[in-house]
Amino acid sequence: MGKMIEIRWHGRGGQGAKTASLLLAEAAFDTGKYIQGFPEYGPERMGAPITAYNRISDDPITLHCNIYEPDYVVVVDESLLASVDVTAGLKKDGAVIVNSAKSPEEVRPLLKGFEGRVCTIDARVISEETLGRYFPNVPMLGALVKVSKIMDEDAFVTAMESSFRHKFASKPQVIDGNMAALRRSMQEVKGL
Amino acid sequence: MARKDKLSGNEAVAIAMKQIDPDVVAAFPITPSTEIPQYFSKFVADGEVHTEFVPVESEHSAMSACIGAEAAGARTMTATSANGLALMWEMLYIAASCRLPIALAAVNRALSGPINIHNDHSDTMGARDSGWIQIYCETNQEAYDTMIQAFPIAEHKDVRLPIMVCFDGFITSHSVENIELLEDEKVKEFVGEYRPEHYLLDKDNPVSVGPLDLPPYYFEHKRQQAQAMVNAKQVILETAKKFEELTGRKYGLFEEYRMEDAEVAVVIINSTAGTAKAVVDELREKGVKAGLVKIRVFRPFPFEELGKALAGLKAVAVMDKADSFSAAGGPLFAEVRSAMFDHARDTKAVNYIYGLGGRDVRTDDIMKVYEDLLEIAETGKVKSTVNYLGVRE
Repeated sequence: MGKMIEIRWHGRGGQGAKTASLLLAEAAFDTGKYIQGFPEYGPERMGAPITAYNRISDDPITLHCNIYEPDYVVVVDESLLASVDVTAGLKKDGAVIVNSAKSPEEVRPLLKGFEGRVCTIDARVISEETLGRYFPNVPMLGALVKVSKIMDEDAFVTAMESSFRHKFASKPQVIDGNMAALRRSMQEVKGL
Repeated sequence: MARKDKLSGNEAVAIAMKQIDPDVVAAFPITPSTEIPQYFSKFVADGEVHTEFVPVESEHSAMSACIGAEAAGARTMTATSANGLALMWEMLYIAASCRLPIALAAVNRALSGPINIHNDHSDTMGARDSGWIQIYCETNQEAYDTMIQAFPIAEHKDVRLPIMVCFDGFITSHSVENIELLEDEKVKEFVGEYRPEHYLLDKDNPVSVGPLDLPPYYFEHKRQQAQAMVNAKQVILETAKKFEELTGRKYGLFEEYRMEDAEVAVVIINSTAGTAKAVVDELREKGVKAGLVKIRVFRPFPFEELGKALAGLKAVAVMDKADSFSAAGGPLFAEVRSAMFDHARDTKAVNYIYGLGGRDVRTDDIMKVYEDLLEIAETGKVKSTVNYLGVRE
């Protein structure tokens, strides 16, 4: 049996963490993987902490529970570090990717002694410069694929472009911005 | 060519409904089933189906509209969850006793109270005596496949009963997973055209539907209704066989997973069966003879077949994602244990009530159940018959 990769997303309602997990699932599906993408629904309101999950595998996945020992954790909102134990159960040989203007060295002390790899990406600057607004999920997705190498980068970029063309069929003007955000995040993520 | 895709359970079921293209859909939104009528109403608006979509003001009205439409001779569907199903209650019994083959996507959610939107089986388990066929699904694929099999079962002349296709709220309904979809024309051919024998719009053969039925005939009608449920078992198996010929995907009354030489087994329903299968695999790697039985068809209950499947085991744990407050365990336990009386009387049976209101069920939880079973198998002693798994006490 091939290795199954498990990913946990931490964000706040309205930031698109759930959408990012679904986009990742779709992109991984397009590269021939078995996938799961699911959110943990809580009180659904803007700004409330939310969790979403991905499983990606070469073999069919039968598990239908949440993820407690992820290979990767993505923190879409830096302020969650103060209130949520984001690295709980995270494997030592895995990595946490935090949306922050800080360096990985500056973020590590906030991670309750996590010894594995810490990566940061300034999704706010990337999003605002490429999309003109703050949508952190696409840059975080790009950074995750770069850090985790869960799929071939070119195949991922191609799958995402096709997904954006489908999703934004009625507003094609945002496709280029999202693609630029994706490419920039893959170049600018720190802590590789 | 069948199409490989990635869809949530709700999307998959809505697509099955589109491919079936029923005459009438009447529905009222309730989490987590809301997306089904939402997606379907878009198919209606886009002209992709010929369906009359009736957006009603409550679930009681939804089921009433379904009954009216089905009695008129229209193939009819709906979807609901939890309190929506509860509000249909009165009409569920009427649909079944009028022998109207309506199909309902039941997206399992905890029945209030306390109010909760997450998954357990208290909604459909409560409707187990309403006279509806109930088929439970582990994955989005099973929900899609079962929805396509629903009408050939329900409309069969030996059955003519309404059918619920049940799958777990959020866990299955909102989780995106791989799926294989059939071509539209193959679904159309498999489901066939609905040709009711008696219906209200047949002006040449007028009938009454739902009149007062007093002691001279009421009992005979209930006896016929009971027989229809008995007949349904064979029709479900025949339909599954035809479906397997079409897709290669095999369905039965229940699924036996690694049961060949099993000494202990868990009996379970819906999505947690998948989590438990991963635990069975882990135990098997260690040489433990663990197996699993996943109940698919709960109504009609596979009494004989299940009893025989569990014969010879040392210990069985029946997993209930609902409590019936009987002070003697959950609804599945009562029926499985009863089925074991004829064929597996020497097998020890215990009950675990788990996952109420969406409490996540981890592999560790299931492992604990198998560890308990192995202890029972070794000692022959049951410490506690009815147990609650993963709860703070």
